[in-house]
Amino acid sequence: MNLEDIIQETKTYYCLECGKCTSVCPVARYDTSFSPRMMIENALLGFEDELVLDKELFSCLTCYTCQSECPSDVDFPVFVRKARAIAQGRGQRGICAHSGQLQSLARLMTSPTIKQKRLEWLSQEYRVSEKSDVLLWVGCAPYFEPIFEDIELSALGITKASLKILNSLGIEPKLLPNERCCGHDALWTGDIETFRKLAEHNAAQIKEAGVKKIVFTCPEGYRTFKLDYPNHVDLGCEVQHISELLAEKIGRNPDVLGKLKEIKKKVTYQDPCRLGRHLGVYDAPRRVLESIPGIELVEMKHSGLESICCGTSAFTNCDSCSNKLRSERLSEAVATGAEMLITACPKCQTHFRCAMVDKGEEHRPTPKIEIMDLANLVANAIGEGGKSSK
Amino acid sequence: MLVAEFEPQIIAFCCNWCTYAAADLAGTARVHYPPNVRIVRVMCSGMVNPIYVLKAFEGGADGVLVAGCHLADCHYLDGPVKCDAMVDKLRKVLHVLGLEDERLRREMVSTSEGVLFARVIKEMVEQLKTIGPSPFKVKMEALA
Repeated sequence: MNLEDIIQETKTYYCLECGKCTSVCPVARYDTSFSPRMMIENALLGFEDELVLDKELFSCLTCYTCQSECPSDVDFPVFVRKARAIAQGRGQRGICAHSGQLQSLARLMTSPTIKQKRLEWLSQEYRVSEKSDVLLWVGCAPYFEPIFEDIELSALGITKASLKILNSLGIEPKLLPNERCCGHDALWTGDIETFRKLAEHNAAQIKEAGVKKIVFTCPEGYRTFKLDYPNHVDLGCEVQHISELLAEKIGRNPDVLGKLKEIKKKVTYQDPCRLGRHLGVYDAPRRVLESIPGIELVEMKHSGLESICCGTSAFTNCDSCSNKLRSERLSEAVATGAEMLITACPKCQTHFRCAMVDKGEEHRPTPKIEIMDLANLVANAIGEGGKSSK
Repeated sequence: MLVAEFEPQIIAFCCNWCTYAAADLAGTARVHYPPNVRIVRVMCSGMVNPIYVLKAFEGGADGVLVAGCHLADCHYLDGPVKCDAMVDKLRKVLHVLGLEDERLRREMVSTSEGVLFARVIKEMVEQLKTIGPSPFKVKMEALA
């Protein structure tokens, strides 16, 4: 695919050069050399080198804030994604955070012969069933567990909490023993080849498993399965985020989880960009939060459609600007007076926790707030063992 | 037909001050060890980043050795401590990926231990021969 095709496909030629994208862009606020408008202009003028060889191409968070403001409906994130594919072809990879380990793991997982040991954390406490037609997507959690142990992130804790919730709903899900990375990060950094291979591996396994529905704990995987896999592979099943599933069940029967424990806490909610602006899921997590007795939800200054990204996407180009963005978002959370920040995305949590490990500048320390995934909060409210599934 | 015996490929990250010198010593002292190893000289075992090891596996290595000074010998004071922490963490990641523990080896070999270096390589080659080629190598051969 060349630049001309990308312009045609993403309707970049509709650009009015109004600059609204740059004015709302969270990256441009801290990094004055980053300008979505300039990137589009470079593309329209045919300046491929200026566009794809610039390291700023990989700074875009693909958070879709620009597109929500664009009067011409230019799909800038997809434009960036495709331009990155050209950049990859020319040897540009962006600056990979965590020395590129996560990207490397995705590439290693394309090997057809690996036999992962990704379900060793699974204990008797959780009920899973081989015959179930619901699949719980575990995703990168078993890899995140050791990689991010020093920032006290428990990605598997989120998976375990989700299993507990599903069990309480009377669902005994199936887990795939050898699922691959969903390929989200590979796709968004322009590594289409790796993405395609991973998608094929996953689609084959899902077909073999014969499931009707896949439940996700991570909005990135959810987005990838819902919007990107259909362009490459045929899944033939429904996909849902755990918050949507919960909201649906609670909407039908408020006591579906049994009697929930009271958690007296004031909380605020971070909309993950993949779940919010990418897929339009804003209400479901809030409805779930409101269903927990004692929880008081307060909104941040920017929430819903205007919500600010956690600062890094696809573990690429994580720099001082990302850190400032995170600090700002955490200050907003603290300013609400909430005791806890709830997210629905393990990656948002990773990035925020990472920012909080950093002390910050002397005159402006990084704000601190307790942070928890929605699934963990619900699982805590369910209490010991939860409601019997029978 | 004669089937060629599987010859594992090992990438060894050796610290400039101890293990690289030990490998040198093994050479000058005519201590024999299998030629399956490719040595990458690094200034300190503490600078070996997880991505170096992962890249070696991506490139089709069957085993990776990370070797450097003993704990108190480090030219930069705490390199081996950093290296141990890195290897411990990476081992957990590689375990989830389904890679056998023997494929990543961490050793401390000082300048005078040329014989030990040769023994480590011999042991590693034997172990890798029993467990067979790396699962990522198959991918690379399929591509070629």
